[in-house]
Amino acid sequence: MARRATADDRGLRKSKWAPYGFLSPGIIWLVLFFLVPVGILLKASLSTKPSRFEEPVFDWNFSNFSTAFGDYGTEFVRSFVFAGIATLLAILIGYPLAYWIATRGGRWKNFLIGLVVVPFFTSYLIRTIAWTSILQDDGPVVALYRLLPWVGADGRILATPMAVIGGLTYNFMSFMILPIYVSLEKIDFRLTEAAADLGSTPWGAFRKVVFPLSLPGVFAGSLLVFIPAAGDYLNNRYLGSPQTSMIGTVVQNKFLVQFDYPQAAALSIVLMVIITAMVLVYSRFLGTEGLAV
Amino acid sequence: MTMSGGVAPPTFEEVQGGGLTGSDRPRRVGSGWGRRLLTVVAVCIYIYLFLPLLNIIVYTFNDPKGRYNLSWDGFTLANWADPFKDAELTSAFLRSLQVAGIAVLVALVMGSMVAIALSRYRFTGNKVTEVFLVLPLTTPEIVLGASLYQLFLGRNVVLGFSTVTIAHIMFLVSFVALTVKARVRGFDWTVEDAAMDLGASPTRTFWKITFPLILPGILAAALLSFALSMDDYIITDFTKGEFSTFPIQVNNQFRVSFPPQVNVLATIVLIVSVLLLVLTSVRGDRSSVTTR
Repeated sequence: MARRATADDRGLRKSKWAPYGFLSPGIIWLVLFFLVPVGILLKASLSTKPSRFEEPVFDWNFSNFSTAFGDYGTEFVRSFVFAGIATLLAILIGYPLAYWIATRGGRWKNFLIGLVVVPFFTSYLIRTIAWTSILQDDGPVVALYRLLPWVGADGRILATPMAVIGGLTYNFMSFMILPIYVSLEKIDFRLTEAAADLGSTPWGAFRKVVFPLSLPGVFAGSLLVFIPAAGDYLNNRYLGSPQTSMIGTVVQNKFLVQFDYPQAAALSIVLMVIITAMVLVYSRFLGTEGLAV
Repeated sequence: MTMSGGVAPPTFEEVQGGGLTGSDRPRRVGSGWGRRLLTVVAVCIYIYLFLPLLNIIVYTFNDPKGRYNLSWDGFTLANWADPFKDAELTSAFLRSLQVAGIAVLVALVMGSMVAIALSRYRFTGNKVTEVFLVLPLTTPEIVLGASLYQLFLGRNVVLGFSTVTIAHIMFLVSFVALTVKARVRGFDWTVEDAAMDLGASPTRTFWKITFPLILPGILAAALLSFALSMDDYIITDFTKGEFSTFPIQVNNQFRVSFPPQVNVLATIVLIVSVLLLVLTSVRGDRSSVTTR
């Protein structure tokens, strides 16, 4: 949660040039390799590429954007639906674990929360490939799945939306657990005792006191899961099928396979604008501190 | 961590419990069976989080019949006897370590400087800088990758080791700055005055007082940045050209094979990282014992 720089930050310096000296290497790097490239991408999105092997020409070509919505609306909607479901699932799975560590972790807290980060250390691609092995058609997981009454004897998990959403949920889960944990850690749990003294049930105390106080963590985690999930293409590549292709799949293919830069750039810009709008709405209500993970 | 790199995971320092309120004793929340149920659920979630890792580790002992190490065909220790059997894979692994090493070092210096500026000084542009730092983390990786791709292409820069490293530094700078800043937040800068009053030079004050105090934050940022760099796929995909890191090489090879050595190399990284985690949390435990 936001703790603004205030007078209680002892010994804060006032200096005319020193802060800018400290800032400049990092900020210049970000301007050169983040801000300027995004500007170039924007320009590319308004260009025309006469043919596959010719250079794009900048000519205020807005048709890339109408094509983006017209031809790739399905992929956009699918990406946001998949990312939305993955975010909800991540809350449902991540919250209980964060809550358990925060309330019951005791002296093992640091270790237990550290374990949540461990999957990061194997590459995200290799974890996704491991899921293809776990969920393979003749594996035990699918054998159990086929016992479900509504699943046929040839039911499969791979190459379905379920697998892609599952992969997105799993791969970005830690980004949900960590901010929820941080916000739960800040709560003074004696509040639940006060609630109990006032006649509240444990569930009532959780629902009315603890959960609302942990919402900043839930919101920060939601953005941190939703953003990478909406732009992802690896989960679809390994766990999905052409029928589950997401907007990231299209962008990657147009840039790196078809070299259709203007169209690919327009699609990226649309994705960026939608997500930035969401972040702005978020930060308007909750500030940027919670994201400063 | 992954993170995917487009977004950084929550501040490890905050997570590692600097200046947190509650006591370290387990709190009694909820009824007896409710608490037990929660513990069962938590254990199940841990199993879920570690299931793919378990799969990766178990399959280091597999003896695949075909070229794909994805279904169980029999036990062998041969893969561990020769972890570097696949030359392409090994060199890609070493290239990943190189990229991560350089990117983390550069990002640590630049990011920590930004963090010091933001937490140590009051200056105009403070708020704007903070928002600007968050932007790379809230922009989808594919957009970061695509825009760098357009930048390099337009300037006829040959894609390869240096462009990948530049890209990794870019997403790590923000991450390091925010992580270290969270650690230094509320830090008492008057200790520097004390040191200088006692006759220390500004340089000596920095290395003897300031640096040791922000070092834990920098180390946590270093560990996570390293993981984020090793983990990254999407930004690397756009800036790599003919170059390949470990994940990229695994993906390229996947069309024809998926050798067990991938699992062995991934497991080695996993073991080292868990050891580091155990070491740091043991140290954390001891310090929390002495301060209580």
